[in-house]
Amino acid sequence: MRFARRYSDLILEIAATAALLAGAWVYLAGDRGYAWVSVPEMLGAFKDAWLFDRFSSDVVPSLSRLALGFGVAVLLGIAVGVALGMSRVIRMLALPVVSFLRAVPAVALLPLSIVLFGIDSAQKVAVIAFVCSWPIVLNTADGVASLDSTMLMTARSYRLSRLELIRYVIAPGIVPRVFTGMRVSISLAVLLLVTSEMVAATSGIGFFVWQAQLTFSIADMWAGIILLGLLGYTLNGAFLLLEKRFCRWNTEMKGNRS
Amino acid sequence: MRTPTRPGQEPTAIASAAGRPQRMTAVGTTNRGRAGAAAPGQITTRPVRRDPLGSPLAPVVLGSLGCVLALTIWELASQLGAVPSADVPPPSTVLPTLAEELAGERFWVSIGHTLTQWAAGFGLSIVVAVPVGLLLGSNEATWRAFRPLVEFFRTVPGNALIPLAILLWGLSLQSVVFLTVFGCGWSLIVQTMYGVHDVEQEARNTAAAFRLSRLERVRWVILPSALPYIVTGLRIASSTALIIAVSAEILIGVPGIGQDIALTRTGGQVDRMYALILASGVVGIVIDVVFSRFERHFLRWHESQRRWAEK
Repeated sequence: MRFARRYSDLILEIAATAALLAGAWVYLAGDRGYAWVSVPEMLGAFKDAWLFDRFSSDVVPSLSRLALGFGVAVLLGIAVGVALGMSRVIRMLALPVVSFLRAVPAVALLPLSIVLFGIDSAQKVAVIAFVCSWPIVLNTADGVASLDSTMLMTARSYRLSRLELIRYVIAPGIVPRVFTGMRVSISLAVLLLVTSEMVAATSGIGFFVWQAQLTFSIADMWAGIILLGLLGYTLNGAFLLLEKRFCRWNTEMKGNRS
Repeated sequence: MRTPTRPGQEPTAIASAAGRPQRMTAVGTTNRGRAGAAAPGQITTRPVRRDPLGSPLAPVVLGSLGCVLALTIWELASQLGAVPSADVPPPSTVLPTLAEELAGERFWVSIGHTLTQWAAGFGLSIVVAVPVGLLLGSNEATWRAFRPLVEFFRTVPGNALIPLAILLWGLSLQSVVFLTVFGCGWSLIVQTMYGVHDVEQEARNTAAAFRLSRLERVRWVILPSALPYIVTGLRIASSTALIIAVSAEILIGVPGIGQDIALTRTGGQVDRMYALILASGVVGIVIDVVFSRFERHFLRWHESQRRWAEK
């Protein structure tokens, strides 16, 4: 019974996706204006560009910027978040400033970052690191602040060392929140990566799409958009899996903030 | 490579300010320690003030102090040459520039453009996404068939479609609206779908037993249950929509504060750039506060809010 249901789910999913693809295929086979090309052309351009002609010149730079920027954001986010979570005074001091910095529409920082860092990879890394740390900061701070006080007192009466306290009490308490923050951040990171590469860059997937549009190579433009879509989907899926994997035992998973 | 935390000095400021007090008080003992310190020897004459930070004034006072602190650090860093003051002008020159901007007409025209684009895109997203979500979520078959597809489109970075929007509509409001609907519509659909799908079976059965009509069921059963999800979706979408509007202004050249910020870079007006970014932050925070209030207002009965209420 359960098996049959799972089976029917899969069929439904595949049918809907196939129907959408087929619809797009048929629709785009006709002449739909200069912004569109047929699906086979898109796929052809996708294969030509990404397997593996421009892989090392555009995909690798993009991915390394993303990884570096996001990595810094995670470290920074956890460090600041723990500091904020541990003391209510510091939290109250920092809250308006942090809320303000988080509320600045991220892309508005791009021109500023160009002034500060030029247009090479450092600029993209810096913007991603800065913007993506806030969701992690807020979630981590919240995780630390809502640690179970009984657990903390127990830890104290057992005279746990600082390291042990972090290892056995604090870390298990905040890991789920950190992952929630990371999941929120990763889509922001991809968005910023794409946008910053469109604003000013000499390589990268966003740069590729931008160039393709400027030179009216529509099939290439679509190849880039499709790759960016797949990138966003894969990363989001990966972080969802991580969150689930590390937080299965956590019952408070729903209490997240973006 | 310069340190990536530079654009606004505040985060490092928080981190370093956070270092010391932490070491002195152990975690979780803050309240107890302070209660003892607040009233040593007075315990018999009057009840112990349990929590000096509990007063409603505390966040305001400490928060303003934090802002002043952050501005001071920024000022000093710029004045003392810790950062190149040509690239990071001190607040003592940025804030007057901001005041000048606020007095001028051009600034308000730009803000008006940005808010119009934001409102048009966000409004259409709601009008399209919520009904679609209600439709797809209310039926088991459509829920299963379309959820993966909608989830896929939700993760596509909306700005990837900026080149397409340029080709289709060029420098116009349509471009921004299209980008916004694509950029935040999918997540709004997802939120609504989940909300509708999560209606408790018992509530459904009760509605059936009372023979509620389809419309009554939507009004009394489905909407109240889906509302928390939708309102949360609206809060998230409202800030995404602002990001997309500003992106379109920077990249496509649609008028608005994003375009002004991009122009200050090419014009080399660093002071004005900082002033305008601060202003965009104010717009961001106003939108955020409005929608958080809205969310809390609608959800004051919902359990997820209770935990926040205690803080």
